[in-house]
Amino acid sequence: MPRVNAVLDFIAALGRAALNLVRTAGALTLFGVAALSHLVRPPFYWRIFFGSLIEIGFFSLPVVALTALFSGGVIALQSYTGFAQYHAQGAIAGIVVLAVTRELGPVLAGLMVAGRVGAAMAAEIGTMRVTDQIDALTTLSTNPMKYLVTPRLLAGTIALPCLVLVADILGVLGGFVVSVVKLDFSAPAYIAATFTAVKTIDVTVGLAKAAVFGFLITLMGCYHGYTSRGGAQGVGSATTAAVVAASILLLASDYLLTDVFFSQ
Amino acid sequence: MTQTTPKIRIRGLRKAFGPKIVLDGIDLDVMPGTSMVIIGGSGSGKSVLLRCILGLIPADAGTIEIDGVDVLSLPARRREAVIETIGMLFQNGALFDSLSVWENVAFGLLAAGRRHGKRPSRAEARATAGRVLEQVGLDPSVGALSPSELSGGMQKRVGLARAIAGQPDILFFDEPTTGLDPIMGAVIDGLIVDCVRKLGSTAIAITHDMASAQRIGDQAAMLYKGKLIWQGPATSLLNSGNPMVDQFTHGRREGPISMELRR
Repeated sequence: MPRVNAVLDFIAALGRAALNLVRTAGALTLFGVAALSHLVRPPFYWRIFFGSLIEIGFFSLPVVALTALFSGGVIALQSYTGFAQYHAQGAIAGIVVLAVTRELGPVLAGLMVAGRVGAAMAAEIGTMRVTDQIDALTTLSTNPMKYLVTPRLLAGTIALPCLVLVADILGVLGGFVVSVVKLDFSAPAYIAATFTAVKTIDVTVGLAKAAVFGFLITLMGCYHGYTSRGGAQGVGSATTAAVVAASILLLASDYLLTDVFFSQ
Repeated sequence: MTQTTPKIRIRGLRKAFGPKIVLDGIDLDVMPGTSMVIIGGSGSGKSVLLRCILGLIPADAGTIEIDGVDVLSLPARRREAVIETIGMLFQNGALFDSLSVWENVAFGLLAAGRRHGKRPSRAEARATAGRVLEQVGLDPSVGALSPSELSGGMQKRVGLARAIAGQPDILFFDEPTTGLDPIMGAVIDGLIVDCVRKLGSTAIAITHDMASAQRIGDQAAMLYKGKLIWQGPATSLLNSGNPMVDQFTHGRREGPISMELRR
C-alpha cells in the first residue's frame, strides 16, 4: 500500500508540474499578445521606447563587443589546433565567419543581454509591482502594459539585431587578428576566404534570430517582473526566473530556427 | 441625479482569495462631498476594498456604483473614464522612482491630456506641477529632485500632490499617516482636509490611526472579518457604544476582537 501511494504521489507531482507548465505557457502567451496588441493602439510611449533602446542597444555594446572579439579569436585558435592535423588551415576563415554570423554572434549577444538587460527589467518592473507603482499607473489613466511592456518589447526586438551586427563584425575581426598576428596567416588571403565563405543568408538569418532572442529576453524580463509578488525576495526570484527562462528559451529557439533555416 | 444619490454606493461586495474571505457582503454609501474613514485591523480588507473600487482587484460579487453607474459592469473604456475621476494616495507613496518629482506630479495630467488629444506641453505641465507642489506646502524647486532624495513626509506630500493634480471628484487615501511622526501626520491630515474641501471632492480614507481618522473623516466605518460592523460620525469613534469599535479605537487587549496570533 505505501508503494502504491508513493507511485500515486509521484504521478500527482508530475501532473502538478505539467499543469503549472501549461498554465505558465498560457499566461505568457496572453501576456505577449496583450503587449503586442498595444503596438497598434495609441498612445505609444516613445520616450520609454528610446530609453530602452539606449539601455539595451548602447549600454550592452561593451560586454557584447568584448565577448564577440574574444570568441572569434578562440574559434580561430581552436580550429587551427584541430585543422592543422589534416592540413586544412585554409578553412579557418570560413569556420570563423560562419560560426560567428550563424550562431555565436546571436547566441552570445543574446545570453549577455539576457543576463544584463533581462535581469534589470525584471528587477525594475518587479520593484514597481511590489511598491504599488504599477497600480499607481492604472489610477493615473495609464495602461501599465502599454507603458511598461510594449515599448521595451519593441526596443529589445530592434536593439539585439543591431548588437549582433556589431558582434558579427568584431567576432570576425577577433578571428582575423589571431589568425594573422599569432598564426601567421596572410591578411588578404584571410579576408578573401572570409568573403568567399559567408553568404547573405548567414548574416540575415543570424539577425532574424537576434530579433527573436531580443523579443524573448524582454518578454521574460517584463513578464517575470510584472507578475512578481511579495517583497525583495519576490523581486529576486523574478530576476532569477527571467534570466534562466530567457536563456533556456533562447537556446531552444536557436535550435528550432537553425533547424528551419540551415538543416538542408 | 439628486444630491441624495450617494457618490459611491457599494452593495453586497464580496472578495475572497482562495478560501480566505476578505470582503463579505460590504454595503456602503458615501455621500457627495463627505469624507468617509474606514478603520480596521491589519489584514481586515481595507486596502482590498479600495482596490476593488478602483478596479485594481476584480470583485467576486456585488455592485460598486459611482454617480449611480455600476462600474463593475462597464466596458473597459468607460471604466477607465470613471477611474480618471479618482485620485489615490498610496500607503508608501508609490512614486515613480525613474521620474523626477515634477514628472510624478504631472504624470496624470499628461496621461489624461494624451487620452483626450489635448496634451499640455512639458513646460506647462511642469508649471502646473509647481503650483500643486506649493498647495501641499512644498517649494516648486523640489520638482527637480528624484523621489529617493525626499524624506518620508515629503514623499507623502508629493503623493498627495500627484493625487490632487487632476482635480479629481473622488480621492482615496490608503494609510496616509503610516510611518510618519505625529506632527508630520497631523500636517498631512491638515493638507488632506484642505485639499478635499478646496476640490469639493468625496473622499475615502483607510487608516488605523485614530487621531488621523478623526481629523480627516466626516463619517467613519469599521471593517472586521470582511464585514462593516459599525458606521457613524467620525466624531463618535472613541465613544461609539459598539464594544468592538471601542476595543479597537482604545487599543484594548481584552475584548470581543481576538487577534489571531500564531505561536
